[in-house]
Amino acid sequence: MLSIWEFYRDGFRNMTWGRPLIWLILLKIFILFAILRLFFFKPAMRGLTDEQKSELVGAHLTEKTLSHTDTLTFN
Amino acid sequence: MDVVIWSRIQFAMTAAYHWLFVPLTLGLALVMAVMETLYVVKKDPFWKKTAQFWIKLFAINFAVGIATGIILEFEFGTNWSNYSWFVGDMFGAPLAIEGILAFFMEATFFAVMFFGWEKVSPKFHLASTWLTGIGATISAYWILVANGWMQNPVGTTFNPDTVRSEMASAAAFWEVVTNPVAVSKFFHSVTSGWVTGGVFVVGVSAWYLLKGREKHFALKSILVGGLVGLAGSAAVMLSGDASGIHAAEFQPMKLAAAEGLEDGGKGAAFTIVPGIKVPHMLSLLATHDWNGYVPGINDILRGYTDNDGNVIPSVADKMAMGRTALDALATYRANRDTNPEVAAAAKAVLNANVQYMGYGHLEKPEDVIPPVGVVFWAFRFMVGLGMLLALVLLLTVWFAWKGKLEGYRWLLWTAIWCIPLVYICGQSGWIVAEVGRQPWTIQGLLPVNVAISSLSAGAVKTTFFVFLAVFALFLVIEIRIMLRAIRKGPEVEPGNA
Repeated sequence: MLSIWEFYRDGFRNMTWGRPLIWLILLKIFILFAILRLFFFKPAMRGLTDEQKSELVGAHLTEKTLSHTDTLTFN
Repeated sequence: MDVVIWSRIQFAMTAAYHWLFVPLTLGLALVMAVMETLYVVKKDPFWKKTAQFWIKLFAINFAVGIATGIILEFEFGTNWSNYSWFVGDMFGAPLAIEGILAFFMEATFFAVMFFGWEKVSPKFHLASTWLTGIGATISAYWILVANGWMQNPVGTTFNPDTVRSEMASAAAFWEVVTNPVAVSKFFHSVTSGWVTGGVFVVGVSAWYLLKGREKHFALKSILVGGLVGLAGSAAVMLSGDASGIHAAEFQPMKLAAAEGLEDGGKGAAFTIVPGIKVPHMLSLLATHDWNGYVPGINDILRGYTDNDGNVIPSVADKMAMGRTALDALATYRANRDTNPEVAAAAKAVLNANVQYMGYGHLEKPEDVIPPVGVVFWAFRFMVGLGMLLALVLLLTVWFAWKGKLEGYRWLLWTAIWCIPLVYICGQSGWIVAEVGRQPWTIQGLLPVNVAISSLSAGAVKTTFFVFLAVFALFLVIEIRIMLRAIRKGPEVEPGNA
């Protein structure tokens, strides 16, 4: 484990042309997760239970067909 | 424009942006692995320096491309929440495997490749370089398993209680993993990445030759990169043939749109451009039979009998069956707790018609026709540019092999211009694949207008322009870093990343 830690530590310390790339990756991850994900991309069904999600999607799927139900019988 | 259109534009932009980085990652990974293998086998430091330079460009592309795919997953949850719920395990399982197995494999060995020149043995470093590329390729496979399922939803059972698609068994999982559409899509996409990598290496090397710099390095790079690109071109043609067969079988409307074929028939002609046709060629490509039947747009709307004698219903009939399925779903869900007999009968009706469930959402049969002009011309750009790129690769490799390449300055300039062209070619391929399957997010089961979340168009428009600004900024940064590295040339100090 120690040698793996040293491998990464020395690798990052000795970087030359790679250093700006690491900063670029960190900046991008910050923008993606701390700004875009937090403020712009909230999951539409966040906070719902699985049952509520099923109800919601089931309603979306079937809402356009309600007008047809009176023409069919299932028993 | 409504929320569906804005969400589609946003998703298309994100996917297209992601696909700027992926093919170069896949292609350069192979080129640099071959170069490093030459170093280890021949023990020639020239190949080490050469491999290090292309690994540097690979790292720049990797750094800017990393995590661009995650944005697509943000959009699934925000813009396409009905879809995300509906697909259930079918989409989640391949993406989870991709994230856990392939990405960590790629990331681990990338670190050894990046930091390890002086820390590990040459053979271990070589293995890491190969495994970085193999990890990226496996990653692509799982993504394309998920995409292939959307184009041909095999191995799935619709659960009316959860309103999700589920994998009923291990056999169903295997069916999803070996979905023929996913397999052909994988080979087509990955080998097109080899073409991108080859064209990139040849184009950059051509620039050095035009500048009178790094002659030996450039000529050797052209030989390796060009041969990888040519191998990719040959494989793209073979896998493209399989893709054509699968489109004819599973997505005939996509094929008809790509051909602009209004009325099909036996011995169908292939349209090179409007007015120039090759008799029987479309039948041969789509069915491997000179006189095979290929349905046109109108045939699909009216219904037809396929080459195996199966009667394919008209779209109007499919719409009727789809509405029956949706009505049965509504009845089942309304009665499952209170009237089990009615619910059981409704479930049986649903199961009998579920394969056409998505058609129940359409307003008119013509809704199944994708934008024909876009698909038709994107297909021609893809094929035409693909053939041009193969020809340029062949000529550059041939003249480099003969030691005459520097005398053909027009060819060197053409090789440089092929770099943007290979990206246009790849993007055109995805336009054929994704615009060609409209209006479906999941073929036959879920159209885009039902897959969408309850959002306002304004919210999606805002995030679209935020993304556009962020993407443009990172693209400019990447191109600047990449150009600076290319201008500096292959002078990498060993041991430094």
